[in-house]
Amino acid sequence: MSSYETIIGLEVHAELLTQSKVFCACSTQFGAPPNQNTCPVCLAMPGALPVLNRRVVEFGIRAGLAANCQIASHSRWARKNYFYPDLPKGYQISQYELPLCLNGFIDIEDNGESKRVRLTRIHMEEDTGKNIHDAHGDASLVDFNRCGVPLLEIVSEPEIRSPQEASAYLRKLRAILQYLEICDGNMEEGSFRCDANVSIRPRGSTPLGTKVEIKNMNSFRAVERAIEYEIKRQTEVLGGGGRLVQETRLWDPDRELTRSMRSKESADDYRYFPEPDLLPLLVSDAWIEEVRRHLPELPDARRQRVVREYGLPEYDALVLTLRKDVADYYEAAVRQYRNPKALSNWVMGDLLRIIRERKLDNALVIHDWPVPPERLAAMVELIDSGEISGKIAKAVFDEMVNTGKTAVQIVAEQGLTQISDEGPILNAIDSVIAAHADKVAQYRSGKDKLFGFFVGQVMKATQGKANPQKVNDLLREKLDR
Amino acid sequence: MDLTRLTIEEAAALLAKKEISSVELTGAAVERIRATDTEIHSFLTVTEDVALAQAQAADARRARGETGPLLGVPVGIKDVILTKGIRTTAGSKILEHFVAPYDATVTRKLLDAGAVCVGKTNCDEFAMGSSTENSGFVVTRNPWDRSRVPGGSSGGSAAAIAAAQCQGTLGTDTGGSVRQPAACCGIVGMKPTYGRVSRYGVVAYASSLDQVGPMARTVTGCAHLLAAIAGHDPHDSTSVPRPVPDYVSLLAGSIKGLRVGIPREYFVEGMQADVDQAVRSAVRVLERLGAQVSEVSLPHTEYAVPTYYLIATAEASSNLARYDGIRYGLRLGEQEALLKMYQRTRAGGFGTEVKRRIMLGTYALSAGYYDAYYLKAQKVRTLIRRDFEQVFSTQDVIVTPTAPTTAFRIGEKTSDPLQMYLSDIFTISINLAGLPGLSLPCGFDRNGLPIGLQVVGRPFEEEKVFQAAYAYEQATEWHEKTVDE
Repeated sequence: MSSYETIIGLEVHAELLTQSKVFCACSTQFGAPPNQNTCPVCLAMPGALPVLNRRVVEFGIRAGLAANCQIASHSRWARKNYFYPDLPKGYQISQYELPLCLNGFIDIEDNGESKRVRLTRIHMEEDTGKNIHDAHGDASLVDFNRCGVPLLEIVSEPEIRSPQEASAYLRKLRAILQYLEICDGNMEEGSFRCDANVSIRPRGSTPLGTKVEIKNMNSFRAVERAIEYEIKRQTEVLGGGGRLVQETRLWDPDRELTRSMRSKESADDYRYFPEPDLLPLLVSDAWIEEVRRHLPELPDARRQRVVREYGLPEYDALVLTLRKDVADYYEAAVRQYRNPKALSNWVMGDLLRIIRERKLDNALVIHDWPVPPERLAAMVELIDSGEISGKIAKAVFDEMVNTGKTAVQIVAEQGLTQISDEGPILNAIDSVIAAHADKVAQYRSGKDKLFGFFVGQVMKATQGKANPQKVNDLLREKLDR
Repeated sequence: MDLTRLTIEEAAALLAKKEISSVELTGAAVERIRATDTEIHSFLTVTEDVALAQAQAADARRARGETGPLLGVPVGIKDVILTKGIRTTAGSKILEHFVAPYDATVTRKLLDAGAVCVGKTNCDEFAMGSSTENSGFVVTRNPWDRSRVPGGSSGGSAAAIAAAQCQGTLGTDTGGSVRQPAACCGIVGMKPTYGRVSRYGVVAYASSLDQVGPMARTVTGCAHLLAAIAGHDPHDSTSVPRPVPDYVSLLAGSIKGLRVGIPREYFVEGMQADVDQAVRSAVRVLERLGAQVSEVSLPHTEYAVPTYYLIATAEASSNLARYDGIRYGLRLGEQEALLKMYQRTRAGGFGTEVKRRIMLGTYALSAGYYDAYYLKAQKVRTLIRRDFEQVFSTQDVIVTPTAPTTAFRIGEKTSDPLQMYLSDIFTISINLAGLPGLSLPCGFDRNGLPIGLQVVGRPFEEEKVFQAAYAYEQATEWHEKTVDE
């Protein structure tokens, strides 16, 4: 065990799924041609003024309630001032000393253990544009489409102790936002971004060590790897008698290391002050209650219900409920055909593998499931009724994915129906015994291990369609006679 | 008949009776501008073609039976207010060639009311100044004495009225920039309650203080203009959703029993003697008209100027950050690295006073100084506001001088910014408290320069301010005196 303890705090920026931007009516649609979704307000034309999008506040309250926060009845907008070409006003409208949500928590599961991570705050702010640097280095272009897209910044207390916990926290947080339908959680497209503050200190000591901020991690794996690297680097520096500097480091996913971006010695002075163009934000109790009444079932509640209702193991329930669409899919299948554990295995196994391979899991909702839930359910029903074997089912499943046909269709077309009648199986056994007289003799003289060989031969002779249990029973009967 | 000498209400009456057309009236204004503006420099841009087209359109509307007090009346718009398709510079080199892509709400409302825009009036750069000497382009001269300033920052708008170049103008008032030039030029200028008029499309100087205000030869003219531009605007969250009273019909009537407070802190040492006397005799006129005058106290008055300069510059430092050479306006040093480009652009585009205020504001907001400066100023601002609340619990309006002196000579105060800042000593508190205030002529000093009287009201009680001012105007003849040719 290392003699150092790791302290991790995470800041997550979640892009909100409102139709329009936070301070103007421009569309938030991703992927529009550069600078199409812009107006005088988000371009910071002279004289333009922000007008708050009510929906953004509602989404903020939703997130706050789901994360067990206090919702401030009185919060305030602030200006964060700095110069950068993608920041047209020269300041970002954000919240500072009076944020919308305070003091929440999220329960996470890591290695079968439950842990509570407290949240410092959740506040609202606007996103910036994007600089695009010409490959030849002679021009820089700015796309302001993202300018003014609403963000929630969710700040955890420094209570996370390992890369795995960080990852579990992020997955849970993303699940909550997705269940609330306020963020699509796409890390690659940057709609769910994370900065990690990492420090280490001698185990048992109280003061915090020098903190390093890591940016530019665009997958859960990157977060884990970056923090792992940083712990190792910091441990080596301190172990070698060196000193850490407070700085911002970028994760380089190709070289798998963090490198220094800027030192915090020349700390940015953002000169925050209350935004005079917007009124203080007053949120009534009635509004909070209204939002609370419409909160959907959240991941933890659903996980518990799935265990209760379907008798699934905790692990299955966790995997199935960490995305709302996956849980929805699973429950739709179970409603169609009630074999919860078999369906869970298929969803967690083959189905999610294909979803991952096709990168469908980057979207908030998987619209393009390779197999609809009722068809998966129908396939499991075929297995249970003895129509096809579990082994054949693997092939049937792949065929369903590739062709979009139903299991019944595929089984019929390819004659994959399992053979359970004794007649054809016995015929196959007879010909196998006849063809391998020598091996029969060896078996009968005590080489029990050869039994498997005979099973394989019979299956081969029936093109895998024979009911394996039947093959076992009949074969043993014949050979042991 | 000299059409340029008409007030808004006189012009409206003649237009209504179809004795004159808007094309004639506008033509006279444009001609007058052409004849006088080479010396006065009220305008940065004269929009002759636009104006004549708008005048024709106004005449056509009237021919179709439309009416309205501003239909066909020529106005000038301060160049910090956006006018779609027309160059809007804010008096700054950094926006020298900027053509506004949209109309400010006040512009839109004026044009919808049928007003004719004859041009964009000169001002101190980004409305920072009290003399219009800080314009990035040209110094406007006071029509009463061309060696003197017209006041500022809406000096162009004030001079245009005094020089009879158009019937009405819009200015903006952050610390007195409508009222003080109105006083210097012998016209009427009103700063409405903060939130009464939309700021959308008005180049921001200090967001929590800025307000657009009308300027005209008479109180009635201002009432007409304010009625046209006031009201809630969904594009400006700080504009207030309250009904707009019919200011003009509420003007007349007795002010008998009106409780008028005279703050003792506003009659200070060093004030020009002529100003002091003129204001005191104006108070006696109000008394004669039946007003109940009493002395009141606004004890935090002495802190208004420093408080203003902390808050206004802090907001300005942030509001002016958008002029970075990236999206519009001047860009210098394009071949250099980013930081250098910012530095060159802003160093070359902004004038001395603007830079001074950006630096002041940046300092006041910076880490370690925020509490001592900006936050402290906000607290004092609250005290100043409470002073007024206190007084308004017993008074209907407050009357003060508008400025401590009449128009000073060009160059007289430019080397001493602190002296210049004191020009707004009587107007600044009203912005800090967000109150409506109006300046109207109440006499002339021994050099024949106009003196202004300030009337201040409770929030959203512009009509009371207008009533008091109108009663005084009707009882005196100061507003009838015009600049001799």
